[in-house]
Amino acid sequence: MSSGVSEDGAARLVLFLCLSLVALIAAVAAATAFGDYNIGLRTVFLSVTNELGLTGAEIAPIEQSVIWNLRLSRALVAALAGAGLALCGAILQALLRNALAEPFVLGVSAGASTGAVCVIVLGIGAGSLSLSLGAFAGAFAAFALVALLSNGATSGPNHTILAGVAASQLFNALTSYIVTTSGNAQQARDVMFWLLGSFGGVRWPDFQLLLIVVIVSFVICILMARSLDAFTFGDEDAAALGVPVVRIRLVLFGVTALLTATIVSMVGAIGFVGLVVPHAARYVVGPMHMRLLPACAMVGAVFMVIADIASRMIATQQTVPIGVVTALVGVPFFAIILYRARPQA
Amino acid sequence: MSVVAENLIWGVKRRTIVQDVSLSVAPGETLGLIGPNGSGKSSLLRLLAGLKRPASGRVQINGQDIAQVPRKALSRQVAFVQQSAATDTNVTVADVVRLGRTPHRSALAGWSEADEVAVTQALDRVEMGTRRKQPWQTLSGGERQRLHIARALAQSPQVMFLDEPTNHLDIHHQIEILRMVRDLDLTSIIALHDLNLAAMFCDRIVVLESGAVRACGTPAAVLTPETLHDVFRVSAHVSGSPESGRPHIRFSPE
Repeated sequence: MSSGVSEDGAARLVLFLCLSLVALIAAVAAATAFGDYNIGLRTVFLSVTNELGLTGAEIAPIEQSVIWNLRLSRALVAALAGAGLALCGAILQALLRNALAEPFVLGVSAGASTGAVCVIVLGIGAGSLSLSLGAFAGAFAAFALVALLSNGATSGPNHTILAGVAASQLFNALTSYIVTTSGNAQQARDVMFWLLGSFGGVRWPDFQLLLIVVIVSFVICILMARSLDAFTFGDEDAAALGVPVVRIRLVLFGVTALLTATIVSMVGAIGFVGLVVPHAARYVVGPMHMRLLPACAMVGAVFMVIADIASRMIATQQTVPIGVVTALVGVPFFAIILYRARPQA
Repeated sequence: MSVVAENLIWGVKRRTIVQDVSLSVAPGETLGLIGPNGSGKSSLLRLLAGLKRPASGRVQINGQDIAQVPRKALSRQVAFVQQSAATDTNVTVADVVRLGRTPHRSALAGWSEADEVAVTQALDRVEMGTRRKQPWQTLSGGERQRLHIARALAQSPQVMFLDEPTNHLDIHHQIEILRMVRDLDLTSIIALHDLNLAAMFCDRIVVLESGAVRACGTPAAVLTPETLHDVFRVSAHVSGSPESGRPHIRFSPE
């Protein structure tokens, strides 16, 4: 039997998850319908049921192709990327006990960028597969550097954050060095677009890979949600509550690095989602991770799909990089967090 | 439950912080650890609670070597209250005490009747039962410390370790906390700075100096002017308190 207190919370969580699921479906439908030219929602719906073999409605092949091959896969990848980044943010904020922590704090995105730039500018390997691999390798190089600098993240949250800052600076400097010394104007433009994030060019295989990574990460995080709660009063307190601190830290940092590296290698460095979403979710479902993590995943997914729609709608005939949209929303939110986190007089 | 330590040695790099400490605490006893700053009180407390591994020596709780007991199983028997642990997270009083049930719950288990009973009893024990929904950030220092003790009680431990639980509290709350701990039906080991409080509330006292046990025994046996002079480098008069027979220490400015 549950207590009155936890039942209230559970009912609220279920309601919240249902509402956000409806919002997600609506957002994905909208993302599929709106674009350079708009397609009716009815056509979108029939097109999806056609592909699933449920209906046999007549739809122009071009529309069918735009809906299925371009827009729907893009919207679903956006949803997964948002969910994954939000999950990473929630985990890092708990482990590092820092309200401003997010995936990029570990320097992972900077490392991924350097890896990608090596491929684009220096031409190490060729084609989109090697670009992803380059980003992936860079992300893990950064992660390894941070782990090394912070003794496997055992020497305290501030130490880990400082190590992340150092890694970010190093890899950003490397990226700039490579671009300025070796790149031409077109390459610089490509790199810049990639650094700010873009869902252009994602296809179904990206979705399948990301789906697996996000689901596996989510399951691991949920299994460790109780342990994450125990970090509320710090590492030693968690140990006194019976949590294997070192193991939990390493596993969850690894999951965070894997998720971030996968996402960055597909869609570039999209900032602020990991920072903003966990804070927003905490207001609604509270700080305990068994509720916070599912809420974060849903809010992150909805937020990213809407941000992607906005990135395609703000400027006519042009797509604004998704990182610009998330930052335009994220920075004011960041300011609010800073303001609220100031020492109370 | 009894706590027995044999020849504990622990250090950082080449500096030895705990030097060959042996002690034993009887079930239900309240043991005070006193000593000057840097004498190794906190380190010894963590070794006894199993939060640090000794370089050599061993700790037995109820006859079991704690190095052989898994972390989670140990946390069902042993609770540790840190000195003034804080958080920025917006948790409620009930959330904090619920954390105490962590070692009793599996990764996905729901909230059981036993969990709820333990939390309610722990909150009532520290007289905070009516404040479950109050945010942590709005609690005073004394209330936070009481809440930490409630969280430790929710672990349903048989041994409780407290690291300077009276730090930063006014004298009323210092006495309130220590009286509460003394009256608990479990073995407790408390690191303390205030010698008179240690004399008032502990059954026995261990005096540490440079990581080694300098004296061990009842407050009257241990808190002598000679020991106070040698270990704490103060001159003091010790008189028996008329009501309790416990020693009372008066420091002189010389």
